[in-house]
Amino acid sequence: MRPFSYERAADMAGAIEAASVASDAHIRAPVQFLAGGTTLLDLMKIDVMRPERLVDINPLAPALSGISVREDGLRLGALTKMSAAADHPDVIRNYPVLAQSLKLAASAQLRNMASLSGNVLQRTRCLYFRDVAWEACNKRNPGSGCAALEGNTRKHAILGVSPHCIAAYPGDFAQALLVLDATVAIAGRDGERTIPFHQLHRLPGDTPQAETNLAPGEIITHFDIPSRPWTRRSLYLKVRDRESYEFAVASAAVALDMQGGHVRDARIALGGVATIPWRASGAEEALKGGTLDESSAKAAAQAAFEPARAQGDNHFKIELGQATLVRALLDAASLEIRS
Amino acid sequence: MNAPSRIDGGMIGRSVPRIDGRLKVTGAACYPSDVGVEDAAHAFLVTSTIARGRIKQFHLEDAQAVEGVLDILTYENTRGKVGKARFFAGGGYTSTTIMPMDSPKIWHDGQIVAMVVAETFEAAREAAHKVRVDYDVREAVAGFGDTRPQPRQMSNPLSGSDPKTGDAEKAFREAEVQVDAYYATPTQHHNPIELFTTTCVWSGDTLTVYEPSQFVHGLKNGLAQQLNMSADKIRVVSPFVGGAFGSKAALTPRTAFVALAAKRLNRPVKLVSTRAQAFTVSTYRAETEHHVKLGADRSGRLTSLSHEGWEVSSRPDNYKVAGTETTSLLYACPNIYTKVNIVHADRGTPGFMRSPAEVPYVYALECAMDELAVALTMDPVELRRINDTQVNPIDGKPYSSRALMQCYDRAAEAFGWSKRNPLPGSMTDGDWLIGWGCATACYPSNVAPAEARVTVAPNGTVRVQTAGHDIGTGAYTAIALTAADLLGVPLEQVSVELGDSTLPPAPVAGGSNATASICNAVAQACEDIRDRLAQAASHADGPLGGADHGAMRLRDGRLVTPDGRSEPLKDALTRIDFGPMESYVKYTPEIASGTVKVMGHKMLESGLPAMTSGSAAGDHIQYAFGAEFLEVRIHRRTREIRVPRIVGAFAAGRIISPTTARSQLLGGMIWGIGSALHEATDIDRRAARYLNDDLAEYLIPVNADIRDVDVIFVPEEDYQVNALGIKGLGELGNVGTAAAVSNAVFHATGRRIRDLPIRIEDLL
Ligand SMILES: Cc1cc2nc3c(=O)[nH]c(=O)nc-3n(C[C@H](O)[C@H](O)[C@H](O)COP(=O)(O)OP(=O)(O)OC[C@H]3O[C@@H](n4cnc5c(N)ncnc54)[C@H](O)[C@@H]3O)c2cc1C
Ligand code: SF4
Repeated sequence: MRPFSYERAADMAGAIEAASVASDAHIRAPVQFLAGGTTLLDLMKIDVMRPERLVDINPLAPALSGISVREDGLRLGALTKMSAAADHPDVIRNYPVLAQSLKLAASAQLRNMASLSGNVLQRTRCLYFRDVAWEACNKRNPGSGCAALEGNTRKHAILGVSPHCIAAYPGDFAQALLVLDATVAIAGRDGERTIPFHQLHRLPGDTPQAETNLAPGEIITHFDIPSRPWTRRSLYLKVRDRESYEFAVASAAVALDMQGGHVRDARIALGGVATIPWRASGAEEALKGGTLDESSAKAAAQAAFEPARAQGDNHFKIELGQATLVRALLDAASLEIRS
Repeated sequence: MNAPSRIDGGMIGRSVPRIDGRLKVTGAACYPSDVGVEDAAHAFLVTSTIARGRIKQFHLEDAQAVEGVLDILTYENTRGKVGKARFFAGGGYTSTTIMPMDSPKIWHDGQIVAMVVAETFEAAREAAHKVRVDYDVREAVAGFGDTRPQPRQMSNPLSGSDPKTGDAEKAFREAEVQVDAYYATPTQHHNPIELFTTTCVWSGDTLTVYEPSQFVHGLKNGLAQQLNMSADKIRVVSPFVGGAFGSKAALTPRTAFVALAAKRLNRPVKLVSTRAQAFTVSTYRAETEHHVKLGADRSGRLTSLSHEGWEVSSRPDNYKVAGTETTSLLYACPNIYTKVNIVHADRGTPGFMRSPAEVPYVYALECAMDELAVALTMDPVELRRINDTQVNPIDGKPYSSRALMQCYDRAAEAFGWSKRNPLPGSMTDGDWLIGWGCATACYPSNVAPAEARVTVAPNGTVRVQTAGHDIGTGAYTAIALTAADLLGVPLEQVSVELGDSTLPPAPVAGGSNATASICNAVAQACEDIRDRLAQAASHADGPLGGADHGAMRLRDGRLVTPDGRSEPLKDALTRIDFGPMESYVKYTPEIASGTVKVMGHKMLESGLPAMTSGSAAGDHIQYAFGAEFLEVRIHRRTREIRVPRIVGAFAAGRIISPTTARSQLLGGMIWGIGSALHEATDIDRRAARYLNDDLAEYLIPVNADIRDVDVIFVPEEDYQVNALGIKGLGELGNVGTAAAVSNAVFHATGRRIRDLPIRIEDLL
């Protein structure tokens, strides 16, 4: 850990101003916002992140946190704690995929500390990224190469990979936001803007360090989740080696709009297997208008993993990812939805 | 056979809460890492980022420029200042013969190369992150694998040769039924919650060391040798230990450098190494490979057993666990062949980790036994029964007691084993495949010399002092129960002092010997006190005058005769002395022989290992046994593996403290589940570097993984093992569990996974 200065944000404009500094990426800027700190401080202690200045945005919590349930959707303040959203009865009932993705994440202690915005911005668990003894890491050290490519890749991605980085996006909640067509509200120097959630993260390409489309200084203020025919028939399935407190080996967020046995609309996102929160549009298309059964679920899963590129140890994720999706789809189809 | 001790005071064997429990749950227990020392400077380690080569040059300018930095130790200024001490596994003190910071040579990734000392922890850490080192890098060998070096053959450390009898190869060729398979277990790390910390305080020429330790006398004497000073001038304090599992048994290289830094600065120095550094500054369980061949006749009787093992060690050290010592005596078989090989790699020296030998070796044998049962279409419990033995098949020496089949029967019944459909894949519950498996647990009943002082005050309070260790095992409670029982006082009147090298020496808390060794010493001291009180009472005027002193007991605060006469303990005490009465005992195990019998206490006082193994107990062998049954559930589609229930029945002699003994066995079985499904240190083969060196990525079972755990004690009386009839059980519970898991996975899926850990991808 390196020395840094710490200040509490007095207001939004001041926080934005303080952090609007030149940098090649929001997450790499020398001025970082401090929310729950569970990603940031962890990475600072192991010397992976070295910000010079932390602007604690928790004083802005009155404006930036809270859960409001409206007719047309749900608004989640950026600094809402993971646990608060996970335990909220309306979220549990009407947006089950959101509540489940949060409840199955991390540990109770972390969920009590961590914010929703910090959660979507959490960084990869790639162990080559997390240990500075590895010189080659394009994400930590742009242009240095990628130590993981020829290394132990069990936890690495098979979707959205590039020759420069195969790090998996580790979070769960983002997949839920993705399938529910959430939008992200962002405040910056030039005012406020709203983007669809799928535009938040960037594929690694040849700049894996960039991670998101946020500009330095920009603050996520809230997430809007529209209420749609599929929000209640939704679930999050997380497959891992132990029952709790582990990142996904493979996961699937699924939301379905069904009429009888027919799929009017299907929304699918995959976790643990991709470099960013991954929308499986091909699989969604394959399901739309048809019936949902074992064989159509399998066909959809195959379509979802069509673009997969495995590397070493993570070959099994092609099969596991498909099995996870099939199970999630069939489970979602058989959910009993009471009005 | 030894006469049973007078243990009928009603305390030994009573279930009482851990006597130090309140201190622990309220945070009042002061662990060595918690000790606050005034004016301490803080140290932070810098470890190597290469596995093999030499340090070319240090760049220390940036680190030195950090405000508050006081000193930076590297081999350039510490070379020659720390002397050699002998290797623990070779009968000495140190966890490794590698001496970091004594030369530019690098033996393994994560080796200590520098220690930064600063006014604050934060400054030391910042400066440590700014130390840059240039290396000459040589290609490293990570362990087994493609670049596998020629195995170097080693002989067995205990018997001097690998156990063998008959002609196993010929018998295997001729066997009606054969099993021939390879098994593997991964690298594992202890990951105790209390990190590897050391605080050194000099006062003139005397040194106090606060360090979590499983062997304060070993630490003291080894450090004295390294620092070339008298052991009398060193005190090691470790009253509580926040987990150890073998990792804190031997003297690791860090301690001497903290002492050195404190000397250089003339002020106390505290080192806290990080979780990641914990993977390389102490020891680990090395990965192993096994080739097991079993031959049997159609009735299931073993005709041939051969077990060859390969273990990884560091380049300079021949550390090995050689569990063939145990796997060769587990079942009746006329033809046995064993061999153990060491494969040297560019890694740190491995070391003891809970049931070091038994965990990997019994895993391999117990899976092979299950494979044999399948090949014979025989129930695996019946196969064990057919091959049960009461003697060591190698040399015919009898077991002092062996209740393996009673354990199987009790556990099988509690588990409901008779309802098992043996056909693989035949049992399901919805989308979950169910598998039931079982395996044998066993552990040698080791005993070591131990010393203890027991003092009884006229008001009836009892003080027990011995430099034993409570590493979470319940030693405080077991020792207090023993003294309360023999002295006939309430448990609340007994206080126990442990973990301080100024106390009477006690052996390493390892090899599950502590309860047996220390409680026998304490019992002897109590007996001595009772005897002196009884003699005086029978000789003097008074209510007990003329009574047979040998038959008197201490009960409920009174000295009593068999015919019902009695007097208060206070009267008995003050008859002899106005002050407290004390007894100091040097207990030598009944099974000790050779050097240990003659010089065991000199060895103990010098901090040297002096344990007699249950596998070499003179005219017999002594082991504790158990049988474990468990259920796995595997999802039909996504193949997660869960263990909803496990039952273990154990026969381990007299159980002194059932509550804490149960915790040991329960924790052991949970660990066993973890060692089958979760625990493994990932190594990057190119760099010979550990990858998942934190508690998020190094998986162990969490609460949600563990549901029903049932521990059954099978009563067993065996006074041949030692006077109190104690067989250690701290390391019994996690032996065999991994095999039971693997066997259950086979039953659920029809797939035999022989390499641990068993993961989702193995079952897709
Ligand atoms: C051991 C462990 C296990 C975990 N397991 C899981 C798991 O299973 N599943 C899972 O999903 N997650 C898991 N996590 C990740 C955890 O959920 C995240 O660390 C947490 O959500 C981050 O939130 P935070 O508020 O603490 O973020 P911080 O650490 O405070 O912030 C993270 C980053 O986001 C930036 N940031 C935060 N808020 C804003 C904002 N409003 N606008 C702009 N930038 C912002 C910060 O500047 C920082 O760079 C785990 C974490 C740990 C340590
Ligand atoms: S996968 Fe990405 S994060 Fe991991 S080492 Fe390669 S570049 Fe770095």
